[in-house]
Amino acid sequence: MSEVGIALENVDLFFGSNQVLRRVDLRIPQGAVCGLLGPSGCGKTTSVKVAAGILRASAGRAFVLGQPMPDLALMARIGYMAQSDALYLNLTAAENIEFFGALYGLRSRELRRRAEEVMDMVKLSADLKKPVRLYSGGMKRRLSLALAVLHHPPVLILDEPTVGIDPLLRQDIWLRLHEMAREGVTILVTTHVMDEAEKCDRLAMMREGLLLATGTPAEICALAGADSIERAFLRLSATRGETGAKAVTTASGGR
Amino acid sequence: MRTAALAARILKQMRRDRRTLALMLFAPLIVLSLMYIVLAGDEQPARLAVFNLPADYIENLSRSNAQPVRMDEAAAMAALREGDVAAVLTVRSGKLYIYADGASPGKAGKALSLAESAWAYAQPAAPGGANTEVVYVYGYADMSLFDNCGPVLIGFLVFFFVFLVSGISFLQERTTGTLEKLLSTPIRRAEIVGGYLLGFGLLTSLQSALIVFFCVYVLGVVMVGSFGTVVLVTLSGALTALTFGLLLSTAAQSEFQMMQFIPLVIVPQVFFSGLFDLSPQLELIGRFTPLYYVADALRAVMHKGAGPAEILPSLCVMYGLALLFALANIRLLRKHRAL
Repeated sequence: MSEVGIALENVDLFFGSNQVLRRVDLRIPQGAVCGLLGPSGCGKTTSVKVAAGILRASAGRAFVLGQPMPDLALMARIGYMAQSDALYLNLTAAENIEFFGALYGLRSRELRRRAEEVMDMVKLSADLKKPVRLYSGGMKRRLSLALAVLHHPPVLILDEPTVGIDPLLRQDIWLRLHEMAREGVTILVTTHVMDEAEKCDRLAMMREGLLLATGTPAEICALAGADSIERAFLRLSATRGETGAKAVTTASGGR
Repeated sequence: MRTAALAARILKQMRRDRRTLALMLFAPLIVLSLMYIVLAGDEQPARLAVFNLPADYIENLSRSNAQPVRMDEAAAMAALREGDVAAVLTVRSGKLYIYADGASPGKAGKALSLAESAWAYAQPAAPGGANTEVVYVYGYADMSLFDNCGPVLIGFLVFFFVFLVSGISFLQERTTGTLEKLLSTPIRRAEIVGGYLLGFGLLTSLQSALIVFFCVYVLGVVMVGSFGTVVLVTLSGALTALTFGLLLSTAAQSEFQMMQFIPLVIVPQVFFSGLFDLSPQLELIGRFTPLYYVADALRAVMHKGAGPAEILPSLCVMYGLALLFALANIRLLRKHRAL
């Protein structure tokens, strides 16, 4: 598919006089899983918030499904999972689903069907009627994920979705993400776990508000002359410090 | 649609959060009851030490709300020092002497007025002197301090608790990260503010009705106007407090900052709400505090039987402020989402 799902074009972002994003340029084709990789504080969350339409770029532009962000109608077509578990703790999972479903305009019958589907996907069907405050950390993370995909969004933006989830379920969730991608869903995932990065179709490496490199995991390894994503990241961080030039983009890096 | 969903969620959360619900509904009743006990209790008779006084004067004192106690001079002065008596009365060369403790102005003032009126009564009436006739146009002779303060108290308690609970729960939306998630959905900023107004508005209707009912029918505070009008004013005041609380909560960084607003913006309003007799200049400050209009309208209805038409200006100020606060809040929420 050649259509672009998410695009950031030379995005700068300032918080006051503090520049958080520096000319971030990223294109994710429809149906791809793109991982945004980098240490905490590098601007990952800020980048995805620009893509999700929560923040407006100080300079440069953001597009989702070919249309400029931020845009309310477009936000209905994005599933967003925040870094913190954005859940109402004294409500049950079903009530959380009902509330967010109503915000996305789901009708009650459709909502009930989707509630079952997404809770089944994250293996929480048995805990639907349980107040969320009784959930474990991992369960909350899974419920947040279920809420993000509730309204069948064609674009999914997930900020550290697998933190605190056990390896078995994590693998399961990655399988589900790829399944959705095959159905045409564009997925942007942030992570700071290197082994997760390898599961992405493409990667964007970020440090101090700059994109170091974009491309498939293999391309990035080759570019950096490294045998693992982790080494590639370390090497690219070092060379960027020397050159201070534009981000390296590999042949199929989205251009 | 989204506004209704948000309001429904707030009510559902409140029903689960029993403690907060109790804080909103019953805490004001407890405070009112305590105020009632302190302010409306039967006045204790003033104990007055007397020596060298004419017997008919002492009798006069006994008939009013005073309790004269005969002692010698030394014992009387000692009792005054100990605070056992409110004043010491004696007559020297035909003149009434009152020794009072100026450091307890309330007690001294009461003793003074009792002693003086009894003294005047004991004098032979001036020729042709007519008896005084007092007509209470509003309220009545033995209205207690609680009756007097009741309207301000109702207004203040509703204002305070609505401000606190709505402000903190809106802040929690931010500190728990749910606001970020909320703002990632296609909900409008106006719909968020509207949902909070609707949800807490319904809750506070219940609160207002309960508080007014309790004051009028349980505590028996003086009430000349109609029950419905009092609830209307209380609710209007609550709406102002609600929008004010939500606005400051958007401006605050943390729950603790929200608490810091209480001594800064809530408590000072009490002093200008008509509880105290102020100079005209100071009273002017009150015109800039929302609580003044709530208390003023409540007093007009409860003490003077004013109807909705007569308090319309105050109601307009309350709704005007509420609208202003709500619009400012919608604007300020842009801090959290560009759109």
